[in-house]
Amino acid sequence: MDLLRDIFINPFVEMAAMPDLFLQTLWEGLVSGVLYALIALGFVLIFRSSRIFNFAQGIMVVFAALTLVGLYAYGIPAWIAVLLTLGVMFVLAVSIERVVLRPLVGQPDIILFMATIGVSLFLIGLGEIIFGGENKQMITSELGIPTGETLLEPWGGLLILPHLDITVVVVGGVLVAALLAFLNYTKMGRAIRALGDDHQAALSVGISLQTIWVLVWFIAGIIALVTGIAWGARAGVSFALEVIAYKALPVLMLGGLESITGAIVGGLMIGILEKLFDGYWGYPILGGNTETWFAFVLALIVLLFRPQGLFGERIIERV
Amino acid sequence: MKDTEGYVTADGRQIGGVLMEMKNITLKFGGVTAISDISFDVHEGEIRAIIGPNGAGKSSMLNIISGFYTPTVGEVWYKGAKRPPMKPYEVARMGVARTFQNIALFEGMTVLDNIMTGRLTHMNASIAAQAIWWGKARNEEMENREIVEKVIDFLEIQAIRKTPVGRLPYGLKKRVELARALAAEPSILLLDEPMAGMNVEEKEDMSRFILDVNDEFGTTICLIEHDMGVVMDLSDRVVVMDYGKKIGDGTPDEVRGNQDVIDAYLGVPHD
Repeated sequence: MDLLRDIFINPFVEMAAMPDLFLQTLWEGLVSGVLYALIALGFVLIFRSSRIFNFAQGIMVVFAALTLVGLYAYGIPAWIAVLLTLGVMFVLAVSIERVVLRPLVGQPDIILFMATIGVSLFLIGLGEIIFGGENKQMITSELGIPTGETLLEPWGGLLILPHLDITVVVVGGVLVAALLAFLNYTKMGRAIRALGDDHQAALSVGISLQTIWVLVWFIAGIIALVTGIAWGARAGVSFALEVIAYKALPVLMLGGLESITGAIVGGLMIGILEKLFDGYWGYPILGGNTETWFAFVLALIVLLFRPQGLFGERIIERV
Repeated sequence: MKDTEGYVTADGRQIGGVLMEMKNITLKFGGVTAISDISFDVHEGEIRAIIGPNGAGKSSMLNIISGFYTPTVGEVWYKGAKRPPMKPYEVARMGVARTFQNIALFEGMTVLDNIMTGRLTHMNASIAAQAIWWGKARNEEMENREIVEKVIDFLEIQAIRKTPVGRLPYGLKKRVELARALAAEPSILLLDEPMAGMNVEEKEDMSRFILDVNDEFGTTICLIEHDMGVVMDLSDRVVVMDYGKKIGDGTPDEVRGNQDVIDAYLGVPHD
């Protein structure tokens, strides 16, 4: 009985009793949700245009953050370091297209997937050689990212909004909106959406595979840099950051690998739900620390009922 | 009746000068010769057919024209200049549009979006301008939409504009593919077996569309087809291929009387 009460009644009583805490939880969920959505978008873009599941996305986050911090450590001003890092991500995109994708065009998906594992191992090695493996501090204030907090007092309670988080939500939101506009209203965007469907057809209407691949990998690189800065500012820059990319996996299962809306909605959903679950069910009943697995369990449950994810394209096979 | 300055067809249409010329094309895959030493030309405004039994090398020839294959030997002349080896998307940007034998459409996108991709070669505004939907980009998109709507009207597919292509039946898919190629306003339109797998009624529709396209937009069309009846009715001039060689070239009537062609189709043993 106690358990049932803990599951079905107490959490909601608490939410009503302390609305400020509820809002705080929602806010924290939103912040991580925006980051999950961004990373998931990186996966979706690459998958849509080349049917590759990019295992290296997580390492790209680490690599971008490391490059930024490393360049700054060499005495380069923060904003110039950001631009240079973008340049490095572009070079990375071009080399991946040139060295990995181009020779493997038309190979089975699993081979391309293995190739991205290779890329991620290579990047780990390269990152350690150049920048070393130890934990580093993100150059948050040097980049002009505010570090203070805004305190609100709704209903006499307390709501803490760290300025870093506000920046993350705003920048992430703008980036997501810009990507959406780009995909839906531009020639390149249309080409990206088209390419995944049929390479031959894409070529015949004048779409260059190479250009588009460089473009999507570069976009994934930009996303990696933004998420790297945001996450690095909270947890420091180390190879452990890679883990947040794996948090995007349940987002993809939920949203479907093909769907851009799915990545956004799925990311926000997982971000918010995992915080709510941990705060109101996980901590009281299971003693906390449920955030590491909650998203995966949720994704599994969804997959039981909708194998293509919430927004994925329905898989219909004609026989 | 044919000269470099153009000619007049049997039904009295004026055909322009040479638009494209294939000179001594040979294509080898390893030890297999798919095409050996074939030359022919395509005049501006004509409907030119390439016919021949299965495995004659027709599709390979079309793939060479559209840049999917590079000939082992030989030259492609286009608009009076020799064409350097090119990627398919570069060829597309030079005004060569094509359809495929086994339909290559973007299944997940709507009919309208599919046809819009045909306009990609005509969009020049910068990415930034496109992203904020402003100035040149905006005008371009409007212009492109207009042309696309015209094509949709022309091919009578208004009713399915918003339908995802994956849901359409075969005959309609073929029509959408033609629409996408037409939207590019190509200088030359390549059709790879536009009537394969269609029933009589669909074939009649498709023939009508091909003739109308040629008539209304003056588009030069080069097509491959199996159905002899259809080809003879449609085309101004025909190239006949067999085992990678050219065995006939001329008007449908000339070709019909050619002994080699009759042999190829009726099946005389090759030595």
